[in-house]
Amino acid sequence: MGPLASPLNACLVLLVGWAALGLAGLARPASVAFVGRVLFPLGALIGLLLALVALTSLGSTPETVTLVIGLPDLPMHLRLDALSRVFLLLLGSTATGVSLFASGYFRQGQGTAPGLLGLQYHLFLASMGFVLLADDAYAFMVAWETMALTSYFLVTAQHGIPEIRSAGFLYLLMAHVGAIAILLSFGVMQGGTWLFSFDAMRASTLSTPWATVAFLLALFGFGAKAGLLPLHVWLPEAHPAAPSPVSALMSGVMLKTAIYGMLRVSFDLLGDPLWWWGLILLGLGLATAIFGVVFAAVQSDMKRLLAYSSVENVGVLFTGIGLAIVFHGVGMPALATLALIAVLYHALNHAFMKSLLFLGTGAVLHATGERNLGRLGGLIHRMPWTAWLTLVGVLAIAGLPPLNGFVSEWLLLQAFLFSHEVPKPFVNMLLPLGAAMVALAAALAGYVMVKFFGIIFLGQPREPTLAKAHDVDGLEKAGLLWLAVGCVLLGLLPNQVIAALSHATTELIGSAPDLDAQSWWLLAPLPERALSYSPVILLAVIVAVVALTFLVVRAVYRRPVRRAPPWDCGFVRIDPRMQDTAEGFGQPIRHIFTGFFAMERDLPSPLDVAPRYRVTVTDRIWRGLYLPIGGIVQRLTDSVAWLQQGRISVYLTYSFVTLVILLAVML
Amino acid sequence: MSALAWLTQLLEVLAALALAPLFLGWVNACRAWLQNRSAPSLLLPYHGIRKLFHKDAVIADCASPLFRMAPYVVFGAMVAAAAVIPSMGTGLPFRSAADAIALVGLFAIARVFMSLAAMDIGTAFGTLGARREMMVGFLAEPALLMVIFVASLISATTALPLIAERLAVQAPALYPSLAFTAVAFTMVLLAENARIPVDNPATHLELTMIHEAMLLEYSARHLALMEWAAALKLFNYACIGFALFVPWGTSLGDAGLGALAISIPVLAGKLAVAGVWLALLETVSAKLRVFRAPEFLSTAFLFAVLGLLVHLLLGA
Repeated sequence: MGPLASPLNACLVLLVGWAALGLAGLARPASVAFVGRVLFPLGALIGLLLALVALTSLGSTPETVTLVIGLPDLPMHLRLDALSRVFLLLLGSTATGVSLFASGYFRQGQGTAPGLLGLQYHLFLASMGFVLLADDAYAFMVAWETMALTSYFLVTAQHGIPEIRSAGFLYLLMAHVGAIAILLSFGVMQGGTWLFSFDAMRASTLSTPWATVAFLLALFGFGAKAGLLPLHVWLPEAHPAAPSPVSALMSGVMLKTAIYGMLRVSFDLLGDPLWWWGLILLGLGLATAIFGVVFAAVQSDMKRLLAYSSVENVGVLFTGIGLAIVFHGVGMPALATLALIAVLYHALNHAFMKSLLFLGTGAVLHATGERNLGRLGGLIHRMPWTAWLTLVGVLAIAGLPPLNGFVSEWLLLQAFLFSHEVPKPFVNMLLPLGAAMVALAAALAGYVMVKFFGIIFLGQPREPTLAKAHDVDGLEKAGLLWLAVGCVLLGLLPNQVIAALSHATTELIGSAPDLDAQSWWLLAPLPERALSYSPVILLAVIVAVVALTFLVVRAVYRRPVRRAPPWDCGFVRIDPRMQDTAEGFGQPIRHIFTGFFAMERDLPSPLDVAPRYRVTVTDRIWRGLYLPIGGIVQRLTDSVAWLQQGRISVYLTYSFVTLVILLAVML
Repeated sequence: MSALAWLTQLLEVLAALALAPLFLGWVNACRAWLQNRSAPSLLLPYHGIRKLFHKDAVIADCASPLFRMAPYVVFGAMVAAAAVIPSMGTGLPFRSAADAIALVGLFAIARVFMSLAAMDIGTAFGTLGARREMMVGFLAEPALLMVIFVASLISATTALPLIAERLAVQAPALYPSLAFTAVAFTMVLLAENARIPVDNPATHLELTMIHEAMLLEYSARHLALMEWAAALKLFNYACIGFALFVPWGTSLGDAGLGALAISIPVLAGKLAVAGVWLALLETVSAKLRVFRAPEFLSTAFLFAVLGLLVHLLLGA
């Protein structure tokens, strides 16, 4: 046990264990039973152990290790500090649920063989772990790129389908554009020392313009990974293409590695972020949040809807980071801590909620083969486990107390509430308006989630085939249950969670929330200001009232319950097709936020014998930004395309000319 | 916690449960008088609820357990909300458990469950009502939060009883910011409680209904609970309004039994005036088309934001 006693070594062993599990899958690549029923549960166990290691070592001092592998001058440095531990906890605990679910999910299909899929999946997990441990630019970039590549292969698991290949390509492209920006950011941060370890970057001080350049490059790079506006375009394409457990990991965990990177660069590597950087993040974050949730509301593909909802949550997270930077920059540590805690808390919450919802869609997809909301409905009868567990995630992400989504929203709103105290004229007037935007995004998230749950699980089945849908089985159920319980516990025990997260804030900004240790049930993060919230008591009151009402009504009321067909409004026949569709439910949003969308409508004329109504909603940014950029790239490449003659003699001539020029330059 | 605090708490919840239908009856009666009709009995809502409790429950074939659960959850959320709103006294034992933001969350629980239950049967009206209710909700919720924020900024807390306490003890000054937010709050109250001009509680006109469309499939005890919860919601909103804008007369902190005794007739007086005011507003305004409701609510939101800006600019 000697070397394992160190948490960093234990983490390393566990991450290598994930990679080894993946390699083991190659032994019997075609066997679903071996990969699914043996390797994936073991992977879940490793996730659980990783979460435990991270959780138990949260308070201990940072640890470093230098590996023997790496570049000649730059061996790989790894470091386990509180920020890494918080995100390793997120990775491990989410991966536990997702791997449990995945063990029952992957089947023999036309796509990648199960063994290969298992390899990609476990390498993906391990690489995310290494991203969190890396302590030099080289190790970070290797892990970051491994993460991008393995997830690319996972997204294109069903590579026989052209749409999935093109979605995968878009994802890979965005991942690499972002990676280049991160690399350049590291290049700026080494500050002329040519030392690429993070320690050297912490030690070097940059002039304000260079620090700003490094920050903006990091913002671009991590923003591309997280899906910040206008770099979000890959999310709604890649998430529906990927298998559901992969979507769950990408949305739940991989996006958080970008949040980790942003926190690492802003608060740790750059040292003291300038306060107005926060305003950039705040503006981008709020725009992303509103944009994401409005688009989520008009989607009719359930996984695209969740992908846009992830865009919204990323926006909220960046808003929180921005607010923390502003508070930190103007010297208000208590409020900076509050905002930072809100960010970390929301990252953890979103990992659980969104993974749960994606796995729920995976279960529905398996049972029905249908991703289109317009062809689902009434599944709560056929798939009660999936429905009720997904409902937990739905209520949580809609920000309803006493579940977890509400706690981080509450913390963020509280932080906003004091933002008028920022000693910067004009800015202190604008900041509280951010609270209005956050509130609007949260309320819209409720709309989106009612649509999501109501159309999939409630009502009557819109297609006859849905009657054959089957519920999840043992391991899938366990995975969903793990995540749902996580959502509830994160909601009910905010003090314990914040106490754990405060190790990271102590490390980053040297300040921790002053929690009242006496009352474990009452969350009061700023004792000198009278604000408090107690989910346990709130839940107890609601449950007590509901139980009492139920008992009283039962005692007084002895009439039977009769079942009858629904009221048909005097029509001869009502059928399930008359229910609201996904498009119908999104109609008020299309009406109110018309300016957000590029809409194409085909409205039938009244005299049409076979009327067809069609409306397509697309992203303005795609047409306004990406297609022009694509056009420019195309023209540039066309203009040098004459170089490509396709004859080997010409290419040999190029080599010869190059050599001659090089010789001429050298001599 | 003193015994008095628990007494206040108990009294408030019981008063909310008992008076909510009466308040609804009072608003309806005032409206009838203003419109030159002969008013129904003030006790009509009680009769309605009692009648419903004595009927056989009829539930659609395809209803899931969620449909039967929802009335209890909605009712529970409304009672829990009543427990943290300082209608009579501010020294409530539960006041640290849920602040005003959590209160908005409680209303959201009720709204989400009601909408989900409406979608559960899968009739066209149910989903239509759910969609419209959620639309009104997502516009009204930020406006309500902004209103609360302005009051929180003035009183430096988000706990509603403390807001009421601090506003009540301050020298009676005119807060221009509160004037703006009062307008916003009134608009939110009308929209959230399915009153004219956003919804009309008196009709079942299919083109315009929101709240009633969601309840179409409910009957008997479930409908009774839903109706009672709706009355409680109106009562709660009125009491939030009193706490924010006319907090005077409530028993502050541990002010003793006498103050509590005084606060009961004061509350009754405020409710009577509020009922007349609501009836007047509903009488002089016309029902908006559903598509105009967003405009109405974004006006409310802008009024609240304006209140915020006025507060930050003038510090008052």
